[in-house]
Amino acid sequence: MISELGLAALWLATALAGLQLFAGVMGQRADGVAGGAITALVRPAAALQALLCVLSFGLLVVLFLQTDLSVALVANNSHSAKPFIFKLAGAWGNHEGSMLLWVTVMALAGGLIALLERRLPEKTILATLAAQAFLCLGFYFFILASSNPFERLVPAPVEGAGMNPLLQDIGVAIHPPMLYLGYVGLSVAFSFAVGALVTRQVTPDFARIMRPWVLSAWIFLTLGITAGSYWAYYELGWGGWWFWDPTENASLMPWLAATALLHSVSVLASRDALRTWTVLLGVVAFSMSMLGTFLVRSGILTSVHAFAVDPERGSIILFLLALYIGGALVLFALRANTISEGERFSAFSREGALVFNNVALSALLGIVLLGTLYPLLTEAFDVKVSVGPPYFNPVGAVFLMPMLAILAVGPMLRWRRDTFARVKWPVVTVTVAGLLVLVGVSIVADIGLLPLLGIAMGIVVGIGSVLPLLGRSMRRLPLATWGMVVAHLGVAVSLFGMGTDTAFTTEKLVAARVGDTTQVGPYQVTLDAVYPVAGPNWVSLEANLAASYQGGSPTKIAPQSRSFWAPPQQTSESALLTRWNGQLYAVIGGEAPSDGGADRWQLRLWWKPFVNWIWYGGALIALGGLLSLIGRIANDLKRRAAKARGDARREEIAA
Amino acid sequence: MIRYRLFLWALVAMAAAVFGLFAWQLNQPKDEFVASAMIGKPIPPFALPPIVSDRPGLASADLADGQPKLLNVFASWCVPCIAEAPNLARLEASGANLVGIAIRDRPQDTALFLANHGNPFSRIGRDDISAVQLSLGSSGVPETFVVDGQGVIRYQHIGDIRDSDVPVLLQKLREASGS
Repeated sequence: MISELGLAALWLATALAGLQLFAGVMGQRADGVAGGAITALVRPAAALQALLCVLSFGLLVVLFLQTDLSVALVANNSHSAKPFIFKLAGAWGNHEGSMLLWVTVMALAGGLIALLERRLPEKTILATLAAQAFLCLGFYFFILASSNPFERLVPAPVEGAGMNPLLQDIGVAIHPPMLYLGYVGLSVAFSFAVGALVTRQVTPDFARIMRPWVLSAWIFLTLGITAGSYWAYYELGWGGWWFWDPTENASLMPWLAATALLHSVSVLASRDALRTWTVLLGVVAFSMSMLGTFLVRSGILTSVHAFAVDPERGSIILFLLALYIGGALVLFALRANTISEGERFSAFSREGALVFNNVALSALLGIVLLGTLYPLLTEAFDVKVSVGPPYFNPVGAVFLMPMLAILAVGPMLRWRRDTFARVKWPVVTVTVAGLLVLVGVSIVADIGLLPLLGIAMGIVVGIGSVLPLLGRSMRRLPLATWGMVVAHLGVAVSLFGMGTDTAFTTEKLVAARVGDTTQVGPYQVTLDAVYPVAGPNWVSLEANLAASYQGGSPTKIAPQSRSFWAPPQQTSESALLTRWNGQLYAVIGGEAPSDGGADRWQLRLWWKPFVNWIWYGGALIALGGLLSLIGRIANDLKRRAAKARGDARREEIAA
Repeated sequence: MIRYRLFLWALVAMAAAVFGLFAWQLNQPKDEFVASAMIGKPIPPFALPPIVSDRPGLASADLADGQPKLLNVFASWCVPCIAEAPNLARLEASGANLVGIAIRDRPQDTALFLANHGNPFSRIGRDDISAVQLSLGSSGVPETFVVDGQGVIRYQHIGDIRDSDVPVLLQKLREASGS
C-alpha cells in the first residue's frame, strides 16, 4: 500500500509539473502582468508538486526502514540484518532511489522559488518556473519509464540481497545527499538563466536573486566532494584522496562551473557587467551536473561508481541531455546578442581579476571535460587509452597556478579601475613569501615540481587571503567579505595539504609477527595482536596496533579486514590516527606467506603529513560560502524591511 | 557581432557532436576483454619455481627452446579452468606442447586439481602474486598464449577454451612454427 501511494504521489507530481509548464508558457504569451487566470496556478502547482515529491521519497524511506521485501528495489538492495542507518541510506544508495532523490530536490527547489521569490518581474519568474517544470518532467518521465523505485516483486523473497559492503559506511548516508543537493540545486541557476533569456531580463537584480541559490548549491557541492574524497580515502584502503576517476571528474566539473558562476554573478550584481557570460555559466553548470549523471549512469565510461549499467536508461538520459543542454544552448545562441553588453571596466580592476578567474576556471573545466571524454573519443577509433594524473595534474596546473596567483591579490583590487601602486606592497609581500618557500623547500627536500608549487602557492594564497582584513574594522566587516576570506583561506589550506601529502608521504608494507615494531614517518607501530571480530552482517580480522608518535605514549588503533556475507565481499577498514599535522593510515591485509616461524600478517602503513588539511580546507571553503550566504540573506531581509517601511511612510504621506 | 554569433553556434555544434559520440558509443557492444599489449613481443624474463613435485618449474628460457608452445594461465580455484580441461587434453593429444602457470594457489590444491581434471602440462610454474601473469599482460584466468620457438608471444586467447577454439589454437601454433 505504501509503495502504491508513493507511486501515485509521483504520478500526481508529474501531472502538476505538466500544468506548471503549460501555465508558465501561457504566462509568456499573454500580454500585461499576469494575463489569464491559468498563470495564477504556476506557483501553487510548483509548491504542491514539491510536497508530493517529498511525500513520495519519504514513503520510499519508510519502505526501506520496514525492509518491505515485496518491493523489488528493497529486495535487491537491502537486508533485514542491516543496521538502521544503512537501511535509511539504502533508500538512495542505488540507482532508482537516487533518481527519486534527484527529482525530489529539483521539485523542492522549484517549490521554494515559487514560494519565496517575488522581486523579479512576474514574467521572468513564470518563465523560470516553466523551465524548472520542464526539467522535472524529463526526470519524472525517466523514473516512471525505466527506473520505477516502487515496482513490486512477486513473489516476495524471504530475504533481501543486501547492499554493496563498500556502501555500508556512514559516508553513504552523507555524501550522496550532499552532492545531490549541489548537483540539482544548480538546476535553479539553469532555470533562472533560461527565464532571463526568454524574457531578456539579465539585470543586477536577477543576479542578486540568483546568487543565494547558486551559493547554496555550491556549498553542498563543496561539502559533497570533500566528504566523497575523504570517504574514498578511508574506505577503499588505497590511501589516495583523488584519482581522476570519471565520477570524481563528474562532480568536479559542475563545481568548477559553479565556482566561476559564483564569481561572475557577483560582478553582475555589483557592477552590471558580464551579463551574457553569467547566463552562459548558469546553463553550463547544470549541464555539467546532467552530463556527469549520464556518464556515470549509462555505463558508457568505466568507473568505480558505474552502478547502474543499462543502455536503455543511458539512451533516455542522453535524450534528456540533448533536449535540455542542446535546447538551452540554441536559446542562448538565438538570444545572446539581444542582451546588451553591460558596463565596461579596465583590465586592472576587481572585475578584471574576476574575469581572469572565470577564464582560468573555464579552462580547467575544459581540461577535465576533455580528459574525461577523451577515452570515449579514441575508443571510437578502436584505440583504448586511460587518462590519469600524468595528463590532469600538469595540464591543470598550467591554468590553476596563474589563477591562484591572481586569487592572492584580486580581492584587494578596486572595482572598475585600479592602479598597481596601490597594491604594490601586498603583491611584493606574497611574491617574496612564495619565493622564500619555493627556494627553502627545494633546498631542504628533493620533491617534484607540482607538489613544490602547490606548497608555495598554498602559502601565497594563505597570506593573500587574509590581507583584505588589514586596516579594516573586524566588527564592521560585512559577513560576505568574511565568507570570501575564509573560503580563499580554505583553498590555501587544502592546497598546502595536497602538496605536502604528495611530496612527503612515507609508506611501509611489512609482513609483521605479533610483537614486531615498524617505523613509519614519526610513528613507531607495534603489532600487539590479531584476532577475529564479528559484526551484525560481517566477520573480520582485526589487528591491534600500538602507535607512538616520536616515542610518546602509544595510542591503540585497530584496522580490520572485513568479510561481508550478504553479498559476499571483502573490504578493508582502515584505521586512522589523526594529529594536527597529519595522519597515520593503517590497513591490514591477509595472512602473509609463512616462513616456518610464527604467523605473519601483511600490514600497510602510511604517514601522511598534513593530509587532513585537504579536507579541513574543503570544509573551510564551504564555511566561507555559508558565511557569505548568511550575509547576503541578512542584507536582503534588511533591505526588504527598509523598503516596506519606506512604502508605508509614503502611503501615509499620500493619505 | 557576426563572429560572436558564429562562436555561439559553434558551441551548439560542439555539444551536438559530443551527443552524437555518446549515442554512437552507447550502442557499441561493450568489450570486456583486456587484450595484452605484449602480443608480438618477446616474453619478459622470469623463472618460476615448481608447484607440484612431478613437473619442473617454468622459466622464460624454457619458452625459447625452438619449440612453439601453448602457455596456459590457470588456477585450481577457477571454475572455467575446469571447463576447459578436456579441451586442453585434446590439444595435447593433437601434439601441442603445453606449459602452465598456476596463479595464487596452494600446492596441495593444484595437485588435487590436476589429479581430478588431468595434467596436460610438461612444466608448471608457481606464480604466487600474479607477477608473471601481469607481465604477460593477462588480466584473468584462464588465458592461453601461443608462444613461438623464439619466445615471442604470437596470440592470446582470453577465457576458457571452447570446442570451437581448439582448431583455432592449433592453427595459430602451426603459424608460429612456420615463421
